[in-house]
Amino acid sequence: MLKLEGIALSAGGKTILHDVNLHVREAEIHSILGANGTGKSTLAAVIMGLSGYRPTAGRVLFQGEDITDLPVWERARRGITLAWQEPARFEGLTVAEYLDLARRHGGNGDLSPAECLRKVGLLPEKYLRRAVDSTLSGGERRRVELASVLAMRPRLAILDEPDSGIDPLAIENIVDVIRTLARQGAAVLLITHHENVAAVADRASSLCGGTILKTGDPAAIARFYRNHCLECLHVNEPKAEEVVDG
Amino acid sequence: MVESDGELIELSRAMAPAGADPATLLHARFAGLAVSHNRILRCRSVDGLRIEGEETPTGARARITVEPGARLDSPVHLCFGVLPKEGLQEIISEFDIGDGARVSFIAHCSFPNAERVRHLMQARIRVGKGAQMEYAETHYHGPQGGVEVLPVAHIAVEEGGLYRTGFKLVEGAAGVVKLDYTAELAEYAVCEMDAKVYGKAHDNIVVKETILLNGAGARGLAKTRIVASDHCVSEVIGEVVGNAPFARGHVDCIEILTGPDARAGAVPKLQVNDQRAKLTHEAAIGSVDKKQIETLMARGLSEAEAIDVVVRGMLR
Repeated sequence: MLKLEGIALSAGGKTILHDVNLHVREAEIHSILGANGTGKSTLAAVIMGLSGYRPTAGRVLFQGEDITDLPVWERARRGITLAWQEPARFEGLTVAEYLDLARRHGGNGDLSPAECLRKVGLLPEKYLRRAVDSTLSGGERRRVELASVLAMRPRLAILDEPDSGIDPLAIENIVDVIRTLARQGAAVLLITHHENVAAVADRASSLCGGTILKTGDPAAIARFYRNHCLECLHVNEPKAEEVVDG
Repeated sequence: MVESDGELIELSRAMAPAGADPATLLHARFAGLAVSHNRILRCRSVDGLRIEGEETPTGARARITVEPGARLDSPVHLCFGVLPKEGLQEIISEFDIGDGARVSFIAHCSFPNAERVRHLMQARIRVGKGAQMEYAETHYHGPQGGVEVLPVAHIAVEEGGLYRTGFKLVEGAAGVVKLDYTAELAEYAVCEMDAKVYGKAHDNIVVKETILLNGAGARGLAKTRIVASDHCVSEVIGEVVGNAPFARGHVDCIEILTGPDARAGAVPKLQVNDQRAKLTHEAAIGSVDKKQIETLMARGLSEAEAIDVVVRGMLR
């Protein structure tokens, strides 16, 4: 479904990503594990096509089409979306309207805004009329972001640390949302530090120093991450012999 | 019962773009004042509220009194308009909100055909001790914006009183708008001012909001949201003065430019005259936030649709 071929990105004379090769299959939950500063969010931005993140080399292929030069909204209309780790806030826009926008302009999802909120553990009667502004806590805002991804019914959902700042009791909701997306037929690219969230994945990749080191079974990648990446000093300087593409 | 004066019906219809429901404005049950150019078409008081109106050669003079302790369940509707293409309307008003009273006003100002219209408003407002007054004002200046609107208000909020005002002009063109509101707050009084304007074509918008925190524990907020497109020029002057202990004030201004020829300026002015007072301000001027736009684009909206959603939300 999604293929990254030799993606590189440099900014301000610094290499952030290099020779990134990744294959996310149809309806697959694929987690990306990596320490802070290794380029996980940058990778998400490259796939979504955000401004300032055009690859300096390589191609982004989605369902066989080269989308490297497509703007964000055209990628979204092909079914790709992104849930930001720190989502934007909108004055005067209610949660109901925000979810409805995603439903109407995106993939015409079949879950109502209320159903989407329930899936992420928020009571519709309490949240639908609230504004998507600074009156929501960081955790609430992230859950609304996930609900909006559900409302859109994407083909590929990129979730950038959806569990960040979420209380432990609500983590189960996050896992449930990821499973719901997969049941709907979406592929999920999941960026997370939580091993128990990453465990929901079908496959996983380890990102270190701006490149993919390993791809494979999530438990094996989690072990590799624990034993190598957490203490890794290779930020932006990966050893070539460690690169194993799955 | 619905009032049926032809001119009043015409004025009520003209208020629809200013957010009014013409049927509500015509309903005799509601208290209110309606002035077309210099003719008072409606002046209705209810228990606890007295409206006295007097026509003048160029407009009207009004005195609105709310009895101490009165609680008005329904809002009071005020309509001011000039229906011809040209004209001058001067409204001089005085509001006296008795101690402990609670009242809300919904004001509609419409100049739907304006090519050369001047609308001058001078208001003096007293909000008594422990009283609460809300004043929501929506304007419509027609598609051409051939209007000069100069509202000046002086508000005195007494101990424990609350005054909340909202000025909104987001449909049609604005023309020339120069808003000048000053509020003086006694102990533990609260004042919130909120102005939202969508400027287009060659509109010229100046919003000046001044809050003087004269009493201990007084709190004030001057909030402005302006979107300037085309050749619009806007300037916001938000001033808060902390003259008393534990007074708290905040100036919050966002101006978004959506056209290469639009111009915007902001002058937050904070003055603390008591070391126990605390004042803050935040101002943002520029294009629509990139992250907001990209978030909406990641849900399938085009860039133009995303900007429209952000701007409309902000001006709500």
